[in-house]
Amino acid sequence: MCAKRVTTKPGEVPTTGHSWDGIEEYDNPMPRWWVWVFYATIVWAIGYSIAHPAWPMLTRATPGLLGSSTRADVAAEIKRFDDANATIKQALVDADLTTVSADPNLMSFAQNAGAAVFRTNCTTCHGSGANGVEGKGYPSLLDDDWLWGGDIENIHLTITHGIRNTTDEDARYSEMPKFGVDEILEKPQIDEVVEYVLKLSGQDHDATLALAGETVFVENCAACHMEDGSGDITQGAPKLSDAIWLYGGSREKIAETVTYARFGVMPNWNAILSEDEIRAVALYVHSRGGGQ
Amino acid sequence: MWDYLKLVVLGLFAVGAAIAANYAHDTAYLVNAITVMLAAGLAFLVVLRGIGEPKFVNKNEYMDGVVRAGVIATAVWGVVGFTVGVFIASQLAWPWLNYEALQGMGNFGRLRPLHTSAVIFAFGGNALIMSAFYVVQRTSATRLWGGNLAWFVFWGWQLVIVLAAAGYVLGGTQSKEYAEPVWYVDLLITVVWVAFLAVFAGTLMKRKEPHIYVANWFYLAFIITIAMLHLVNNMAIPVSVFGSQSVQVTSGVQDAMIQWWYGHNAVGFFLTAGFLGMMYYFVPKQAERPVFSYKLSIIHFWALIFLYIWAGPHHLHYTALPDWAQTLGMVMSIVLWMPSWGGMINGLMTLSGAWDKLRTDPVIRMMVVSVGFYGMSTFEGPMMAIKAVNSLSHYTDWTIGHVHSGALGWNGMITFGALYFLTPRLWNRSGLYSLKLVSWHFWLATIGIVLYASAMWVSGIMEGLMWREVDANGYLVNAFADTVAAKYPMYVVRALGGGLYLTGGLIMCYNLWMTVRAQPSRVTSHSVVPAE
Repeated sequence: MCAKRVTTKPGEVPTTGHSWDGIEEYDNPMPRWWVWVFYATIVWAIGYSIAHPAWPMLTRATPGLLGSSTRADVAAEIKRFDDANATIKQALVDADLTTVSADPNLMSFAQNAGAAVFRTNCTTCHGSGANGVEGKGYPSLLDDDWLWGGDIENIHLTITHGIRNTTDEDARYSEMPKFGVDEILEKPQIDEVVEYVLKLSGQDHDATLALAGETVFVENCAACHMEDGSGDITQGAPKLSDAIWLYGGSREKIAETVTYARFGVMPNWNAILSEDEIRAVALYVHSRGGGQ
Repeated sequence: MWDYLKLVVLGLFAVGAAIAANYAHDTAYLVNAITVMLAAGLAFLVVLRGIGEPKFVNKNEYMDGVVRAGVIATAVWGVVGFTVGVFIASQLAWPWLNYEALQGMGNFGRLRPLHTSAVIFAFGGNALIMSAFYVVQRTSATRLWGGNLAWFVFWGWQLVIVLAAAGYVLGGTQSKEYAEPVWYVDLLITVVWVAFLAVFAGTLMKRKEPHIYVANWFYLAFIITIAMLHLVNNMAIPVSVFGSQSVQVTSGVQDAMIQWWYGHNAVGFFLTAGFLGMMYYFVPKQAERPVFSYKLSIIHFWALIFLYIWAGPHHLHYTALPDWAQTLGMVMSIVLWMPSWGGMINGLMTLSGAWDKLRTDPVIRMMVVSVGFYGMSTFEGPMMAIKAVNSLSHYTDWTIGHVHSGALGWNGMITFGALYFLTPRLWNRSGLYSLKLVSWHFWLATIGIVLYASAMWVSGIMEGLMWREVDANGYLVNAFADTVAAKYPMYVVRALGGGLYLTGGLIMCYNLWMTVRAQPSRVTSHSVVPAE
């Protein structure tokens, strides 16, 4: 600011007396309100940084006069709810799952907690309405067609240990052979058995092929899926005689399943959820309409 | 002699890139290497054809060819960036637009960095480079320093953009937000940026004005700080010379802190300081009024430069970052409020005494709205940096809304204003083709921004409230998918707002094109004459 101040007109603010490409600058003072708000924020910042952890020193930062800590805040918040729910959670863990529904207070808590656990953990695969994803291998939990059993004990067991995972040795396990890929069945045999499965589920089928397919079915499939196709919940073998299909019930989809097999996996939730949460979500799922 | 050296270097690059393409480990690297080969080959031919030709350069004229190229690049990349933005906004509203056939190339995850880089670095970057070249010449009353180095900066920057964009789509990315370009693109950015700094600083040093104009302080601060941020945040060791992937030198919370120190100052210095440089030249020029206060410009410049660099930790509130760093990030962000507003005050108050021009000049209207949005988002930013507010706003669409009110409102509008200012002058035209179309652009863009920002505010606050809602027993009330479903109407409105903004951009391109094509020329002098 060594240039002389220039007043262009009487009564007007002087400029700094300089011009760049025709641009001049007024020598106006900074607006007072601007300066004071700026000072106020600085004062506030100093105060806040004295009150809270802020300035890094040699070995650690200043802890602040209030001793605040975001980690401690979260821990306290969690503990508040844990303490409030401790009694009723223990009651749920100690209860006999088959008789919880007789205790309205406990059942109401379980429904509430179970719904929350379900929304956060289960909806990704089973959908927010628990109706699964048809044909994609995510079963609906609303109907009474259960792969591994729909009574409360079985649901609880499935959620706890999961299905066909490698992280829990108590996981539910069974494996369908890859009849096509591993050449257990010839291509014509697969075509025959597919027609038979279509017949079992009451769909349009080629009667001649289906007749031949019955033998293939009895020799290769009935051990798990039963001769009448009613399935077996002890080994997670789906029922084939109804209209509900885990991976699709069309001729092509069934042929794909027989050829390549399927291997649906569910995590063991005991690694993620506490026992009271597992019990709550089991009761919630059981009460969705399909529970047995 | 100099030309032969250029030929040798370009030839080596072309051959080297061809060899590198042959050994490429991944598609992104392969395509990038072929691009470099073609670019170096093309430059080789251009230099070769020019050898021995007499070169006449009038050293008493401003170097405006490179600025003209920058104006075109800014407008074109702007439209490209907006288009990708509207498409990915639509993908969020209607997920089926993530076509099966596009998986791995055209899905949201691949296109999102393409959009952000296109608008920030291609549109914004070209706007900054070309306006810096224009402004520094005018306010220093001298031709750009370094001869064709300015052209190297221009073409180098376009090459950076093409390499980065092709890389993103093909999977070449560092996965660092706003610093996605892979290691060899980072090296090219470094070279181009140093050349940019040399041209700019060289021009300042041979200026014929006794003082450096305030716009140039901001440009210089932006160039130097971006160089520093870029170098530190991109420290990485390549997995192979023939592959695009690299390993970051830092990891964990240190890497996160460096990333957001970079990320926030990309906003602070690229999108704020650099664009304030534009504001300080184009607003007083268009309004034909003196800048409001020289004192304010000094104080708010230094305060802004000092404070912005501290604000990064507010991107990491309630994370593994230690509490002390969060506190500092928050308080510095609050203190930054007034220094940011200094620029708004100087911009708006410059118009006092010329408010009548708002009625008649849609270009000045654009600039005023731009400064208004700047003021709004530099208030919103410090507010969102407060931990209590951040615990609600963080990770929600509110952040997206905040960014876009700044980017579309402030950066976009001031750039449009600058393009409308520059085009008639650079092409010697008597005026813009149609002020009516500028008015259309103004209203489409303004309404687009308002739709965009308000949709994201509603969506973000709703989403934040839904995420934190717990019942009497402390269990979450909403599933994540519930919040996604609830946001659908806001996503539609957002895509619509973006569509309006894009339409405005297309109208601008047409208007600028017709200005150059159809307007009568005027006689002006481009000779270097100090204003007084």
